[in-house]
Amino acid sequence: MIVRPYGDTRDDGVIQFSFTLPVGYSVKAPDIGKQFLEKLGFHSVAIGECTGIDPSFTFYVAYARTDVGIDPDEVKGDYLEVEVMDYYAINALIEKRLGRKLVVVGAAIESDAHTVGIDAIMNMKGFAGNYGLERYPQMDALNMGSQIPCEQLLRTALERNADAILVSQIVTQKNIHVQNLTKLIELLEAEGVRERFVLVVGGPRINNAFAKELGYDAGFGPRSTPLEVASFLAQEIARRADEA
Amino acid sequence: MTDAFHLDEALVTRARTAAESIADDIQQHIDAHTTDSTERATLRLLGVVGVNEIDVPLVNVVVEHAHPLLGGGVTAPFVDLMLQTGQGAQEVAEGVAGGALALAPVPTERRVGVEKRAAELAREGVAAIDAVRRRREELVATSGEPLRPYVYVIVATGDIHEDVLQAKAAARAGADVVAVIRTTAQSLLDYVPYGLTTEGFGGTYATQENFRLMREGLDEVGAEVGRYIRLCNYASGLCMPEIAYMGSIERLDMMLNDCMYGIIFRNINMRRTFVDQYLARLLNARAGIIINTGEDNYLTTADAFSKGYTVIASDFINEAFALRANLEKWQMGIGHAFEIDPATPDQVVYQIADAQLVRQLFPEASPKYMPPTKYMPGDIFQGHVIDAMFNFTGIFTGQDVMLLGMLTEALHTPLLQDRYASIRNAKYIFEACRHLRDEVTFKPGGIMETRANDVLAKAVDQLEEVEDMGLFEALSRGEFADVVRDPDGGRGAEGVFGRDDDYFNPFFAELREGRMSGPPTGPPPGNSVAQGKGAS
Ligand code: B12
Repeated sequence: MIVRPYGDTRDDGVIQFSFTLPVGYSVKAPDIGKQFLEKLGFHSVAIGECTGIDPSFTFYVAYARTDVGIDPDEVKGDYLEVEVMDYYAINALIEKRLGRKLVVVGAAIESDAHTVGIDAIMNMKGFAGNYGLERYPQMDALNMGSQIPCEQLLRTALERNADAILVSQIVTQKNIHVQNLTKLIELLEAEGVRERFVLVVGGPRINNAFAKELGYDAGFGPRSTPLEVASFLAQEIARRADEA
Repeated sequence: MTDAFHLDEALVTRARTAAESIADDIQQHIDAHTTDSTERATLRLLGVVGVNEIDVPLVNVVVEHAHPLLGGGVTAPFVDLMLQTGQGAQEVAEGVAGGALALAPVPTERRVGVEKRAAELAREGVAAIDAVRRRREELVATSGEPLRPYVYVIVATGDIHEDVLQAKAAARAGADVVAVIRTTAQSLLDYVPYGLTTEGFGGTYATQENFRLMREGLDEVGAEVGRYIRLCNYASGLCMPEIAYMGSIERLDMMLNDCMYGIIFRNINMRRTFVDQYLARLLNARAGIIINTGEDNYLTTADAFSKGYTVIASDFINEAFALRANLEKWQMGIGHAFEIDPATPDQVVYQIADAQLVRQLFPEASPKYMPPTKYMPGDIFQGHVIDAMFNFTGIFTGQDVMLLGMLTEALHTPLLQDRYASIRNAKYIFEACRHLRDEVTFKPGGIMETRANDVLAKAVDQLEEVEDMGLFEALSRGEFADVVRDPDGGRGAEGVFGRDDDYFNPFFAELREGRMSGPPTGPPPGNSVAQGKGAS
């Protein structure tokens, strides 16, 4: 079934906009904004605000309608499907399938100095009411912190014989995260060790499809919880054991 | 506020006593050491500029050559070469870098002459900073002095030309201070990049040329809007004193310049940072720059409600170090933040308590209040409301500098229109509530006064503990921001050198002498804040 934005009645297609055009305010400024939205395919444009916020910039708030719709059933993507288990079940699964602790190494790599995200997943105290990976008796988790060069992360992962590497990337300005994440993949491949690890990336602008495209096994986005990550790791390790 | 919190004055005294003793202890380390960056800043003060053929700053090349002599400081051997060759500082630096000249210990018979000449050069170097400060005073007197609180916004496009354009737009919309955010990880570079730059990540390189371009832009727009527009950057990271020097010459007005930020948030070696912050702060003091301390950051890694006291404790420590570096109280932009989780019942009640506490503990300082960041939602509408409560808290508690929150904080560095929306939000609230503070009193023994006294008491406990264990030990136990640092670890440790008995650097004394004092003053702002013409 096709759906359209719902403003005040079904299928009215109302959308809210705010944007800035690099033109000074003049009597025709409202029309410039209106016609711009029409060019995008919207109609019934109502300009709420049209203000010169600088001699050469005009700011718009507007509403307009669209006839375009979307069928949710046709939206397909590479979503991460993890069955979220509880703390005890996760430990039990690791113990049963691996017969030893699951070794995890994590870091915010390269230029990124943000630690709160990776800490939320890995540190004892955890996040959103769940314990972090360090707390799991069946995990041997090391959080290396931030601004860790890829080479150092890999060295540590090899030394500890890690099963999984967790990477955090928070800064995405000018796609710096793509550069950093690609660097890690290339390094793992050059050393011929990519297949040894379950490789996971997380951050507020990360999703699973994007992570997979870059060559990672999974991607976790905003508001991820340690339980989701731990469940994924345990299930992935179990799956790999089945394959082996 | 006529009738503010009743605070336990004995606790305030204990806090300051402990902070003084913490700083005195570290000052012994500072006075016994120098660093690569301290010596490089000294060469800059002597007039060395530019880079070599592979873009390495000349000051780095010269200090590298001077490594075996650094216990005595670079100044004496360097000035000796100037005297021996009859060349200026720049030519000598080029000579050393090119291999034509070599730095060597100064023979005893030449020592007196070298020290005399170096003292003259130090006077000239510092006089240049004084001239810049006087220029600010003239401009404030003619352009106009904004009302408090200053409206402070950031630009962070990565491209200095876009930054200038956006800074001007912000000033027209009502901003009084523009901070140019530095590119990701510049603080870890052990040199200052050179020249104008157009590519940065989440910020723009701090270079002397970028400083100059932005200054020029803000002076132009300041004349247009009838307010002196202040420029802010970051004297932090591995090149802290060098950037402070650049700011003092290019007329920056504010500098992020915390005594511990680099240690805690960038893992820079603590022995290095404490030495570096000292010269940086002496320079800022002399240049009439307001420093901003970075306690707000603690509340992004530690919980703002339960660890609020660490902000207060650190504010006292920052104040004590600032006093040791000759900063006047009005130059201390004591940092704190609105970071309690908005889901907390009575969140704003506690935020007001914490902010009023800072105002009362540092009455002559220029507290800088930082907006909500960590709990800012992707829902920008809700975010704008949270920012409004921050603005309200700021005007109600009489803060001096308000770093405006952005509705898009959780998403990206501010867009032109985000900044406009934030400034509008703040301007409305500041004007709408301008005298509210004078009209109400706090309930004695109420939630707020109790919270303030409780936070203060915990801060005193922490300060006294830190005093007992020493600040190095405290940092290695994660006392601040829950971040643990090793005194021997972190970046830049190899750039710290013990001072020999004959260590010589005339700038330290010169920067302290003939102190200029007081903030610049000027007429109230002109009436030309652009209201924005348009149709609604
Ligand atoms: C706190 C903070 C800082 C602190 C960080 C302190 C620290 N030790 O972490 C400090 C002040 C140091 C800082 C610095 C900078 N910051 Co900052 N910062 C923030 C802030 C306010 C909150 C981030 C945060 O802690 N969120 C809370 C955590 C729990 O959420 P999270 O990170 O999304 O993590 C969750 C998920 O994403 C996921 N996750 C994250 N990592 C991982 C890893 C794995 C393996 C998994 C499974 C999951 C996972 O799980 C977590 C829990 O759900 C954000 C704004 C915001 N509200 O988001 C800006 C923000 C991220 N910062 C930003 C910028 C630009 C910077 C600087 C570059 C600014 C500068 N030029 O100096 C510097 C970066 C320096 C550097 N070298 O990286 C921008 C990034 C813009 C962009 N999209 O690129 C933001 C969005 C602010 C903004 N609007 O400009 N910052």
